[in-house]
Amino acid sequence: MTTDVTTDAGTDPEADRIRSLVRPDAVHGSLYTDPAVYARELERIWYTTWVYVGHTSEVPEADDYVRKTIGPQQVVMTRDKTGAIHVLHNRCSHRGNLVCDADRGNAGSFRCPYHGWTFANTGDLLGFPFNQGYGGSSARDRLPGLAAAPRVEVYRGFVFASLAAEGPTLREHLGPAAERLDRLCALSPAGEVELTAGWVRHEVTANWKMLVENETDGYHPQFVHSSIFSISGSGIGALYSDKSTAVTRALGGGHTENDLSPEFRRLGVPMGWAGTPETKIPDYVAAMRAAHGTGKADEIMIDGSPHVMIFPNLFVAEIQLFQIQPIAVDRTVQHVTAIQFKDAPDLNRRLVTQCVGSVGPAGMLLADDAEMYERNQRGVAARHPEWLDLSRGLQRERVDDDGFTIGTATDETSMRAMWAHYLELMA
Amino acid sequence: MTAVPDVDTGVDLREAERFLYREARLADAFALEEWEALWTDDAVYHVPVDPDADPRTHMSIIFDNRGRIATRIQQLQTGRRHSQRPPSRLCRSVTNVEILGQEGNDTIVGSVVQILESRDRGTTWWVGRVTHRLRRVGGVDGELRMAAKTVVLVDSDRSLPTMSFLI
Repeated sequence: MTTDVTTDAGTDPEADRIRSLVRPDAVHGSLYTDPAVYARELERIWYTTWVYVGHTSEVPEADDYVRKTIGPQQVVMTRDKTGAIHVLHNRCSHRGNLVCDADRGNAGSFRCPYHGWTFANTGDLLGFPFNQGYGGSSARDRLPGLAAAPRVEVYRGFVFASLAAEGPTLREHLGPAAERLDRLCALSPAGEVELTAGWVRHEVTANWKMLVENETDGYHPQFVHSSIFSISGSGIGALYSDKSTAVTRALGGGHTENDLSPEFRRLGVPMGWAGTPETKIPDYVAAMRAAHGTGKADEIMIDGSPHVMIFPNLFVAEIQLFQIQPIAVDRTVQHVTAIQFKDAPDLNRRLVTQCVGSVGPAGMLLADDAEMYERNQRGVAARHPEWLDLSRGLQRERVDDDGFTIGTATDETSMRAMWAHYLELMA
Repeated sequence: MTAVPDVDTGVDLREAERFLYREARLADAFALEEWEALWTDDAVYHVPVDPDADPRTHMSIIFDNRGRIATRIQQLQTGRRHSQRPPSRLCRSVTNVEILGQEGNDTIVGSVVQILESRDRGTTWWVGRVTHRLRRVGGVDGELRMAAKTVVLVDSDRSLPTMSFLI
């Protein structure tokens, strides 16, 4: 390995190549299809930056564990006896076997089925049968345990991991996106979200960035979802129209949002954003007013839940939460669950019902989004015109009072921001 | 609709099979109105992720009451349900049909379904155990309807591709 930085600096040809594939108003189709680009994304994005792994409510008790993923890699998220959260690679340090095969459970230790090595839920090696083969039990000090994500941090119950030992803190990574998670949690009378409704896993034959871009693309709903809007009387379509006062906002760090609260405020009805009159959820509304006082509670319930894409893999879409998992350059899994608010049982049941109707392989919304991802992936396999256009709203983009770049509800401000951050990580 | 109350006249295996085969044929052919007419007014159409979980508090792949079944059909009828444009080509076989029991006036019928779905994206093989709750409506000689249909896919808790046809 050379360490002569004076000659190596700025001579990464792959970085130069990737830089040439992203323009301010267009991206090259090969970024969705090239296995070399995907391999670099895994290293530079998924195995470096903060990635959403799970939620503390999925491991509520000491010794609870749940299997999760970081991109295509298998991990186990555990809570140890002291309550600390760990993210461990699901790989025996002896011969690489999957150590944990149950989806979830409660155990203080994991025993590899292959040769019986045993690990604590902190990752520490506990035992290895016939230990004289290693010179006795003292070999525990030199043999490795389960590899742990070097950095794990929790924000409002949301567990993130970085596989890089050094880098920005989670708080720095989230930036103003953290306030969106605060806004979500404020919708619980107890100030907490719980992910207890289980997961639907929907696999699409498309590159992961097709999904990330779509999550805050306010241009597509009127077209992709017109079938359901036209028969359900849903007001969602109008939120994403030329007349909408909603905005698309770049939050920095590749995080983006469709801020629909201006429309919800215009409506001015508590829980109007959820399409649920307060008479249907009296216990919830009472609990919110008791917790926050009527004025503040009504403000929270009018403003509603965020619609925010936290780069690269956590998407909060008002009532549902998606975890995006790339498993190949052209294959992506969306893990989706209904958000549940602590101490809000009457609201939570409605959210499950609403969410199940919308998302997943048979969802009345998401099945059609998935169709678009897959059609896009097949489309970009055709080589011309090479570039995908990202120019919508570029000429009317502006900076809001808080210093964020914003566009109208249907502008591609969010995609441009995502790609700008992508280049920072990739090139 | 008829004012004659539902009457339990029993359902034998042959009649149950005829119903299931017809339902399968209508679903394969996207005979939407005829398929929808097979449901009772209190129907529940359920494709769980975890068949042991309460669908009111846990995620399902499909959990439709009668109103949502109607919405699902109407969405297909708009011609703008993109994930069914063009419609999937389907052929399903229904096997292992058994009368599992009687609950009130309803007959519980178990079966296995295997569906080959062909789309531009590729071919998908869907397999699951199905439970029908069949009810005779319109008197002793009345027709059978589905009061509930539950499809437990073999791979319900794994990653599944889009499944927007009528399973």
